[in-house]
Amino acid sequence: MSELHTEEMVLNMGPQHPSTHGVLRLQLVTDGEVVREAEPHIGYLHRCAEKIGENVNYVQFVPYTDRMDYLAGMNCNYAFAHAVEQLTDLKVPERAEYIRILVLELNRLASHLVAFGTYGLDIGAFTPFFYAFRERERILDLFEELCGARLTYNYVRIGGVMADLTPGWLGKTKNFIDYFEPKIREYDELLSYNKIFIKRTAQVGVLPADLAIAYGVTGPNLRGSGVKWDLRKEEPYSIYDRFDFDVPVGKGEMGILGDCWDRYMVRIREMRESVKIIRQAMDGIPAEGPVVAEEIGKSVKTKAGELYTRVENPRGEMGFWVVSSGKDTPIRCKVRAPSFCNMSVFKEISRGAMIADLIAIVGSLDIVLGEIDR
Amino acid sequence: MQTWIDNLTGGPPTSPLVYLTFMLGACVSTLGFIAVLALFLIWLERKVAGHMQSRLGPMQVGGWHGWAQSIADGFKLFLKEDITPASADRLLFKLAPYIVFAGSFTAFVVIPWSQRMVIADMNIGIFYVLAITSLVVVGILMAGWASNNKWSLFGAMRGVAQIVSYELPAALSLVAVVMWVGSLKLTDIVGSQAGWFWNWHVFRGFPFFTIGALIYYISALAETNRVPFDIPEAESELVAGYHTEYTGIRFAMFFLAEYANMFLVSAIAAVAYFGGWYTGIPYLDFIPGPIVLVVKALALVFVMMWLRWTLPRLRVDQLMALCWKYMIPIAFFNLIGIGILMLITGRA
Repeated sequence: MSELHTEEMVLNMGPQHPSTHGVLRLQLVTDGEVVREAEPHIGYLHRCAEKIGENVNYVQFVPYTDRMDYLAGMNCNYAFAHAVEQLTDLKVPERAEYIRILVLELNRLASHLVAFGTYGLDIGAFTPFFYAFRERERILDLFEELCGARLTYNYVRIGGVMADLTPGWLGKTKNFIDYFEPKIREYDELLSYNKIFIKRTAQVGVLPADLAIAYGVTGPNLRGSGVKWDLRKEEPYSIYDRFDFDVPVGKGEMGILGDCWDRYMVRIREMRESVKIIRQAMDGIPAEGPVVAEEIGKSVKTKAGELYTRVENPRGEMGFWVVSSGKDTPIRCKVRAPSFCNMSVFKEISRGAMIADLIAIVGSLDIVLGEIDR
Repeated sequence: MQTWIDNLTGGPPTSPLVYLTFMLGACVSTLGFIAVLALFLIWLERKVAGHMQSRLGPMQVGGWHGWAQSIADGFKLFLKEDITPASADRLLFKLAPYIVFAGSFTAFVVIPWSQRMVIADMNIGIFYVLAITSLVVVGILMAGWASNNKWSLFGAMRGVAQIVSYELPAALSLVAVVMWVGSLKLTDIVGSQAGWFWNWHVFRGFPFFTIGALIYYISALAETNRVPFDIPEAESELVAGYHTEYTGIRFAMFFLAEYANMFLVSAIAAVAYFGGWYTGIPYLDFIPGPIVLVVKALALVFVMMWLRWTLPRLRVDQLMALCWKYMIPIAFFNLIGIGILMLITGRA
């Protein structure tokens, strides 16, 4: 009896889809439920940010960096400010450095909360999303008090920060951190160790360490595969070398090292580490001082030259390659977005997965289309 | 129904016309009951969801905790534009919601609200329920296929596989009850649970009936496409699965059918395992039977909602493995256990 001839179906997932974390189009070739090929198509959110960077000056470009990884606006602001400060040899005041650490780590918390909440939603657990956003609301309230914005802050500027902390802000942050720390344990009880969640994410989308390094995967995705690499420890920037924190790494607790569960758990554990850093920063912040270097006005002149800086964003290594000719407008401002490289490995790790697993894999990579497309 | 009409009118119906009128009246009242029930359950679901998610749910429409929200939503659905997708199979597309609804609605006629209040006290009662609820499978497949949308087809295929598979453990656990009672009639099944609550089937014949009740409840969750088995309409994957392309009244029919089905399986579980219209405490038997049954069914529906907002969903192959590799063997073990128990206690 001859074999039954079945055809493979070509299917489009997105760009409008509840679970692709933005406008991502996945072109699937499936054989029933099993996916033979899954090719991501990007570019639906391209806004010519880098081209614009060639036409505006450094100070004017800072708001554009917010909109790249819009869930980690402060971190993106900082990455660019850091690059320009190195080109101009600016000395950032001490108090500004501490404020920067505080907002960077709070933003890391907010970003990981979104990753956690939406991942639960993708897997089908509707409730953790609300709990995560309840906590995130309080963080956004803190940010709104500081700079007036909830998502696109433009707060970390070249040479320091936009304005000093409002009176009582440190007290509110301390209240929030005391309230938030026990919640992480609640998330573990509700979702992380739930048998169904483990069945959906363990041993799915396995990313071996060598493949991750080959594709340039960074951040919690790389650490989930067992590679202990965090730029805050390896190439400390700002004042991260003054703080004591661990770098959580995936250990293959649920079967295979580098599966979706490992990547998810690294983010949960990183939230605890961020809490530690915030507490230490609140203890160490100088009581008063300037918050921005004096030379900054509406524009800043840099030395001629080129420079690549990288920082540890919540999603991975964000790099800025700035080419300057000595004027106040860059010649070229190239952004190395972490999600772009993280997404490039998707085709490899999703072969042979089922459609439901694809959702789990995309969610575990925690991509933001804003920074993939820029 | 016969006995009810007899008790009401003092004698058998005098003509087929009278009988027909009674039947029509019973069906219309059941339809009305289901409609109001679905409205209430949708509101309840949103409130339960809200409170579990640290928010409030509907609060505005109608004043007190948004009780009229469902009515407003139903009204809105009536006003929506009637779209049939281009190159969709028109007849199947339009027919599908009604078949799905009919599958649930027709099973309501055998539910015994009390000793004498049953629309049709068939002597194959429980067998009829299991058979007629299989009709929804046809409706779902029609909906998925006729939408001319690959994602709807996916949802429909998953749904069909799931429902057809999970009918087996459900039927097996109910067969155990039928064996014990000795009759397929639903009034007899409830009748054997008279008296104190430890006479309820779920507490008797330990541990087999308890396991049976659990198996039936889990299978019922799968039958009604509720989380953790809601992969056919997995919102985060397929938007809305087999009913993605439906709008307006057609979507309302699917929605209504889902909640009617939830109540139906909960009522059957209450009838088969949890004592039906008996309160479980003989001193409280003055409470009318229908109220007791509705309260029990609503409690089970509440547990369904509770599970929906707590658990993630299973992947389709894990779901099928659960059914075929775990639930069916356990259901068989259950059946054999009850048989042996019956032999030992001399009930056979």
